[in-house]
Amino acid sequence: MEATVALAGNPNSGKTTLFNALTGARQHVGNYPGVTVEKKEGSCSHNGNQLHIVDLPGTYSLTAYSIEEVVARDFLISQKPEVVIDIVDASNLERNLYLAVQFLEMGVPLVLSLNMIDVARQRGIEVDAKRLSELLGVPAVPTIARSGRGKDDLLAAAVLKVKEGRKPDPLVISYGDDLDLALAEMEGRIRAQSFLTNLYPARWVALKFLEGDAQILEKGRKLNPELASSLEKTVHKVTDHLAKTLDTEPEALISDHRYGYIHALLKQGVIQRQYNQNRLYASDTIDRFLTHRLLGPIIMLLVVMGLYKFTFTYSEMPVAWVEGFFGWLGDLAAAHLPEGLFKSLVLSGIIDGVGGVMGFVPLIMFMFFGISILEDSGYLARVAYMLDRVFRIFGLHGNSVMAYIVSGGIAGGCAVPGVMATRTLRSPKERLATLLTAPFMNCGAKLPVFALLIAAFFAENEAGIMFAITIIAWAGALLAAKLLRSTVVKGPATPFVMELPPYRIPTFKGLCIHTWERTWQYIKKAGTVILGIAIILWAMMTFPSLSDSRAAEFERQRIAIAAEAPTATVQKPGSAQEDTGLSAAAQQLQDRLEAVDHAEAEAGLRYSVAGRIGTALESVTRLAGFDWRTNIALLGGFAAKEVVVSTLGTAYSLGEVDPEQSEPLSERLANSPEWSPLVAWSLIIFTIFYAPCFVTVVCIVRESGSWKWGAFSVTFNTAVAYVLAAGVYQIGTFLGGS
Amino acid sequence: MAKINMRKMEENQSGTIAAIKVKGELGRRIRDMGIVPGTKVTVAGRAPLFDPVALKVMGFTLTLRNNEADFIEVEVE
Repeated sequence: MEATVALAGNPNSGKTTLFNALTGARQHVGNYPGVTVEKKEGSCSHNGNQLHIVDLPGTYSLTAYSIEEVVARDFLISQKPEVVIDIVDASNLERNLYLAVQFLEMGVPLVLSLNMIDVARQRGIEVDAKRLSELLGVPAVPTIARSGRGKDDLLAAAVLKVKEGRKPDPLVISYGDDLDLALAEMEGRIRAQSFLTNLYPARWVALKFLEGDAQILEKGRKLNPELASSLEKTVHKVTDHLAKTLDTEPEALISDHRYGYIHALLKQGVIQRQYNQNRLYASDTIDRFLTHRLLGPIIMLLVVMGLYKFTFTYSEMPVAWVEGFFGWLGDLAAAHLPEGLFKSLVLSGIIDGVGGVMGFVPLIMFMFFGISILEDSGYLARVAYMLDRVFRIFGLHGNSVMAYIVSGGIAGGCAVPGVMATRTLRSPKERLATLLTAPFMNCGAKLPVFALLIAAFFAENEAGIMFAITIIAWAGALLAAKLLRSTVVKGPATPFVMELPPYRIPTFKGLCIHTWERTWQYIKKAGTVILGIAIILWAMMTFPSLSDSRAAEFERQRIAIAAEAPTATVQKPGSAQEDTGLSAAAQQLQDRLEAVDHAEAEAGLRYSVAGRIGTALESVTRLAGFDWRTNIALLGGFAAKEVVVSTLGTAYSLGEVDPEQSEPLSERLANSPEWSPLVAWSLIIFTIFYAPCFVTVVCIVRESGSWKWGAFSVTFNTAVAYVLAAGVYQIGTFLGGS
Repeated sequence: MAKINMRKMEENQSGTIAAIKVKGELGRRIRDMGIVPGTKVTVAGRAPLFDPVALKVMGFTLTLRNNEADFIEVEVE
């Protein structure tokens, strides 16, 4: 037998843990069609039965208010899984059954997994699974997802349910005289006209009309406007009546009665409590310290520092390995490919481009491993709780902080995992505003640019300037978020109503699966979109190449230099490069030849499409103090921010400058009449704020679900950067600061 | 017994939910989490900046912003 099993349940009920326990490594992550909600699927077999398991998003209810809930609901209706396993937290049955009851009202074939039965026992809660099963009319299987206990019984119950193959009658709950009367009357009319009954039970449709469910109302109006409007009339009448007599509304009354039904159910011998329900547990004691008014923020800061230290210390080696591998690959290609365009494409386009992107992989792995620990242990929810007051001012959410910090809130992060970290935000508007502004933070790749400029112009005050840069990035990101939230992502704050789950020790398996998922998604992108963009950028900086006559001119210069030199030193100066025992004359010759090479590279760069764009933009960028060289460098920075340094090197005829060792370039800038501390400030500001690198843009597209937001972030950020940089330069010039 | 606004509750103070005076999404989310009339709640603490508030409800911890707690009336002893 083959069947589809959907896993549903509240967030923090252990749903993901159970999914991992059931499917192991046989899982696959995608998206639900048209939305950015993650869809996890996997398979497992039980007694020769093949089960396809789909992990529905964690929800508390089944309304039309959040995408997650709509997605879960739509999946049940359109895919009709043979059975739904609802994972309920046995230590918190009352609230968890609220969702179960709604499934039963929808007439879904259900099996309950009474999860964390061990935690419940520790808390002095005895759950009578048999009694619960009798009362609700569905199997209830005690499980402990962390250890996998009860897993087989659960699958057996699910398989049995599938084999029964009977569509269960929807649960009928009494909602009080007023609503029951209206429901019965509406139900009759719905049934008579087969209104949406091919999809939902008739009473459920009536219930959703009473609740004012936006999705069902819209569907109904489209299908049968007449009946829909007459049903809405009935709803209005009841609503008015309730407002007058009970000072309430149908929606409120319905949830009151649902909870009332659950209350009554549990009182019939399902639950026995040893202690007062709201007694304090170990978790609450930990919270006394971790969310303490003074200690809390201090510990939070330490935890964040720890995350950074962990990520950057331990990823350093693997990053070096990956870089080393691509360096080796580059050398291999350099040695074996014939001189020419193809070689340049493979070296500068493909290997540098993909290598640069793959270099992030270990970093992302470590960063996400760390974040998964914070998330799975329950600490991340506390961070959101402590910082929400601050972030709300800017139209964000307490959870936004993680994305900011990972992106480089403490200089040295990376916007790629930062943007991906916004997935922990469940409020769509706050999430979008966060992922659009997180790239303003100072990621590790921007640091070489700052280091270059600081060394050239502010060497005496390095720490002070770095601190200022960090503050500017934070202020800019928060204010930009505020701007976005009052314009393009306008809308009221999403309710904060959030659970602080009990602290738990994460399972290693869970952490690894979590980490691998995100890393793999990133690698897949690197192989496709990112490769394409790397090639386009390479082409822009290569074509058109210098005309034959100009290339010939550089060649003539080289020949002239070689001719001047004494013959003994001329023997293949190229291959002598690595020899240590170069004579002074040979060294001099080589330097002169290199100077010509660099001059040719500069001329070539200026002549290329990128160079022409840079030159054409000069009239505009002069307002911010940038000449064509800086423009090209910034264009190159779209590939990765540290490329700004190496491209600037080429543009200044210094050859490609290693971003880690940019002293010659910074000397050159310090002595150049075109540069001044003011220009440096302007470029620092521009670098903080302008378009994210294309890897980040691709992630923004992925996380927001639309190319539109990727394009928006490129234009909006660059516009912000330009206005700020030009502002700084112009005001500075006006005050005589240059 | 007195009815007060949830914002005015002190730390460790307990009470019973009397009414939720808000419609739409916020009202829905509050009720979905089990904050319905008759439920017992205890204020477990407040964030460092005194907002949001953390509540113990039916054995779990729930957080609400103060401006959301404003819509909730609690009967306290």
